[in-house]
Amino acid sequence: MIEARQLTKRYGDKTAVDGVDFTVRPGAVTGFLGPNGAGKSTTMRMIIGLDAPTAGSVTVSGRRYAQHSAPLQEVGALLEARSIHPGRSAFDHLMALAYTHGISRGRVDEVIELTGLQSVARKRAGAFSLGMGQRLGIAAALLGDPQTVMLDEPVNGLDPEGVLWIRQLLTDLAAAGRTVFVSSHLMSEMALVADHLIIVGRGRVLADTTVQELVRSAGGDTVVVASADPAELRRALAVRASRSPAGPDPSS
Amino acid sequence: MSTATESRPTPAAPARPADPARRVTGRRVLRSEWAKLWSLRSTWITLALGLLFLLAFGTIAALRYKSMSASGQQMDPDFADATAYTLALFGVPFALIALGVLGVLTTSGEYSTGMIRSTLAAVPRRLPVLWSKAAVYGVIAFLVGAVGAVGVFLISSGVLSGTAKAMSISDDEVVRGLLGAGLYLGLVGVIGVALGALLRSTAGGISALVGAFLLVPGLMSLLPRSWRTDITPYLPSNAGESIFALQPPTGALSAGAGLLVLLGWTVLALGGAGYRLKRSDA
Ligand SMILES: Nc1ncnc2c1ncn2[C@@H]1O[C@H](COP(=O)(O)OP(=O)(O)OP(=O)(O)O)[C@@H](O)[C@H]1O
Ligand SMILES: [Mg+2]
Repeated sequence: MIEARQLTKRYGDKTAVDGVDFTVRPGAVTGFLGPNGAGKSTTMRMIIGLDAPTAGSVTVSGRRYAQHSAPLQEVGALLEARSIHPGRSAFDHLMALAYTHGISRGRVDEVIELTGLQSVARKRAGAFSLGMGQRLGIAAALLGDPQTVMLDEPVNGLDPEGVLWIRQLLTDLAAAGRTVFVSSHLMSEMALVADHLIIVGRGRVLADTTVQELVRSAGGDTVVVASADPAELRRALAVRASRSPAGPDPSS
Repeated sequence: MSTATESRPTPAAPARPADPARRVTGRRVLRSEWAKLWSLRSTWITLALGLLFLLAFGTIAALRYKSMSASGQQMDPDFADATAYTLALFGVPFALIALGVLGVLTTSGEYSTGMIRSTLAAVPRRLPVLWSKAAVYGVIAFLVGAVGAVGVFLISSGVLSGTAKAMSISDDEVVRGLLGAGLYLGLVGVIGVALGALLRSTAGGISALVGAFLLVPGLMSLLPRSWRTDITPYLPSNAGESIFALQPPTGALSAGAGLLVLLGWTVLALGGAGYRLKRSDA
């Protein structure tokens, strides 16, 4: 369970995240949807304490991430930016992380197998393709068998088979009662995996809803909405919603 | 068909309880930093270079001295007041660069590659990472320095045996001095770790290290003489050299005082690094 309360991050005079409130619950896949620059990655970095909030707070299972005694067991995160030393092999990278928590070598082998990295585990990570690097990041996220799995744009660089594999993984994790939080800027991708959606734009939460609800309010279950620009989509939806129940349009 | 019931996890089943044996401890962070260091090729290469500099330059200095004295040539002034001990440790400033640079890399490399994000996600309290890196690398740099210093002394005292400068490892203070040279290099390694973490840049960290140990002593000649004699002994390089000097030059600190002063610089650098690590975004 992730709870953000009035979470705010400013970089100089640029406000990346602006008083955001949301809760990500266990047992479901929650999509974190928004256009480029909406503040998704910044929010995720704050969740695991890499960036400190300017104001507000965010907790994981009721505590700040850094206050957990076994953080990798609480949240496993795949970040957007590269977080691997290219000179180290995949195995050594995972092992170094495992040592901090007393996680066994057996578990390292397990996540290597789970992510299909067996054949390259002893190669330098710097020589990995984009997709292999992404798999290694996912292996690291799963290492601690975490209660919450948080992935920032996980399908980046994955081939179609990899995309299917990720969808299945997310669904299985949620079915096993884990909290799953995945960001994307593609509504089409989110519609396929997410149960719940938190839509952000310019650092603010625009909608916090279920996928079904969103699709229904967008005009019934015969329409599939796909948008590269969810902020614009939301604006269009809001205009439409305010017109339909014969009420006056408040914005004009 | 009869086995179909167990094909899928029960939806919303409670997740398994957290394994209480898995948690972050100081020892485990040390273990992790140890593994990180040895899993990079640059570690092996740079440590080997540091050791080579110590062994090779000291040996060359001793051979050069021997050939000059054997041919009865006029001694270079640099060599005139040399001893077997100072000749053997001719390579210390070069080893200092190699070991200091590797110290910088252990921290700056985490930032330049992005590894720091994985590291701090695993150890979000942060400071244990810095202490562990400093401890692990400090001990390794000390060992390489001490082994190299003792090794090159044995080689060059062999080369110089029978000359006027002959010395033995059992002579007064020699072992203490050689271990002191190792200690100096170990602390330089720790200062490198701190500078890399403080500046978060390999180029910046190396520049600061080279500046502090090689350039600032040269700049001292720009100061008025009275200041110079007051300040110079306390510079990191001068304090460090006092730790292993057998006959400290006039005005230099004693070995103990030199060690304390260099420890002071180390604590200062680590403190700054810790402050930045704790306070600013990764
Ligand atoms: N370290 C930083 N310093 C300054 N500005 C930053 C920093 N990190 C992010 N920003 C700014 O904050 C805003 C939000 O960025 P963020 O990366 O969180 O967006 P995002 O939703 O993840 O976008 P994308 O879909 O492109 O990944 C952007 O305008 C970005 O330029
Ligand atoms: Mg992003």
